[in-house]
Amino acid sequence: MDDLYREIILDHYQHPHNHGTLPDADVSYEDSNPLCGDKIRMDMKIENGIVTDVKFSGKGCAISQASASMLTDEIKGKSLDEIRRIDKQAVLDMIGIPLGPTRVKCALLPLKVIKAGAYGIHEVEEEEE
Amino acid sequence: MSTLNASALREDFPILQQLVHGKPLIYLDSAATSQKPETVIRALDTFYRTTNSNIHRGIYQLAEQATEQYENARKQVQKFIHAKSWREIIWTRNATEALNLVAYSWGRQNVGAGDEIVISLLEHHSNIVPWQLLAREKGATLKHIPADEQGRLDLSNLDALLTDKTKVVAVTMMSNVTGAITPLEPIIARARAVGATVVVDAAQSAPHMPVDVQKLDCDFLAFSGHKMLGPFVGVLYGKRALLEAMPPFLGGGDMIRQVHLQDASWNELPYKFEAGTPAIAEAVGMGAAIDYLNALGMENVRAHEMELTAYALQKLAEVPTLRVLGPTNVAERGGLTAFDLPGIHPHDIAALLDRDAICIRAGHHCAQPLHDYYNLSATARASFYVYNTPEEIDALAASLRKIRALFNP
Repeated sequence: MDDLYREIILDHYQHPHNHGTLPDADVSYEDSNPLCGDKIRMDMKIENGIVTDVKFSGKGCAISQASASMLTDEIKGKSLDEIRRIDKQAVLDMIGIPLGPTRVKCALLPLKVIKAGAYGIHEVEEEEE
Repeated sequence: MSTLNASALREDFPILQQLVHGKPLIYLDSAATSQKPETVIRALDTFYRTTNSNIHRGIYQLAEQATEQYENARKQVQKFIHAKSWREIIWTRNATEALNLVAYSWGRQNVGAGDEIVISLLEHHSNIVPWQLLAREKGATLKHIPADEQGRLDLSNLDALLTDKTKVVAVTMMSNVTGAITPLEPIIARARAVGATVVVDAAQSAPHMPVDVQKLDCDFLAFSGHKMLGPFVGVLYGKRALLEAMPPFLGGGDMIRQVHLQDASWNELPYKFEAGTPAIAEAVGMGAAIDYLNALGMENVRAHEMELTAYALQKLAEVPTLRVLGPTNVAERGGLTAFDLPGIHPHDIAALLDRDAICIRAGHHCAQPLHDYYNLSATARASFYVYNTPEEIDALAASLRKIRALFNP
């Protein structure tokens, strides 16, 4: 059963990067997955269109927490334009394990929160196909 | 070990004969929906092959046969729950629709501003939200019976909760999360004393233990066929006098006596509440499911599940740190175990169990208020039925140990 959860996912789940909150955040946004009750909050510090700091908090499964942890690493130091171009496939490639339709929603929740927080975009590409 | 020979019964369930991920399928999600025996599948097949037609107004042999089979299944349901009359049995889409029927039709006629509606902390969303909608619309107050640490209803304040203001008490007969069986007698006795109507959600109990609506003296009782070996169809039982006095739920064909352009009059019971073409084949299949359960005997079904649950509680307790929700006394609970494995999200547990072909449910099981009370966002739940064996519980426990080791190397 181990092949389902790559070591890197368990590692991010148990030792998440950028976990916590930013009291002086410029953007704070939270959303949940009604199917499983996973909850992700993203706090971002934005200076001149660049995400200078980001922290996430919330509860969820290994997939959603690892996705949040990896994504915060990914977006730190990037411009909002670059973040806008992060798509569903980029997240799934980061996770790197095959996910069924239910778990895809877990993986994409953090990206959804980042995009909704940063631009008020409420539709992430998850419903494309 | 058991009153039922589950290993032999399994042969009756085609779906259980397959391999998933190359392993024998272990289905522990019957509280969500049960598997169907060959006889039920064949009843659907035979209906569509030989008698498929619309019921009630067809003046030809097929339609008459379809009508007869549909109505016979209704009478089987009547006997199964010991209702006084077949007219008290209404086919619905599912238990949720049955509960909504009561909240909309009976509720809108009988609940007003300042009245109180009492539910419980253990309710499934289908026995919460319809009452919230009703309370909001009418300006009524929604109260709830609390639960104790073992996930049982706490009736110590019942007399204060149910007062002259209480119009309706809507409670589950068995929690779909803690498995706690509700002591309905004191609740119904108190409801009678204050003149409140009693609605029972039997979605988790009717498939697993004998239910006698006359002995219970409840006013309404809802359950679904698909959780009791049958197809996707639901049932509402209601006392005849109440159903007679209620306005219709959905309008349309079959529920009317006469329709004019400006008004209409209603058909007799139970058709007043069955607008449009119902799930005919599913109702017929439900009859086959009841035949199957009656042949086993509901007392034996209950005994088998008590044995399995006792075994599961023992085996799960041996998994380090695992905590099972619900009563410790098997006599107080049904055949399901919701559990928490600290540090591992139930979705991860379910995904990893699936690799061993073990099907369980993970999430809040449509009982978010209860999970809030336990301060858990989700739980994993293994639920049992007639076809489950102690060996499957051994496999579950072994797989859970592996998952725990994976997360705690």
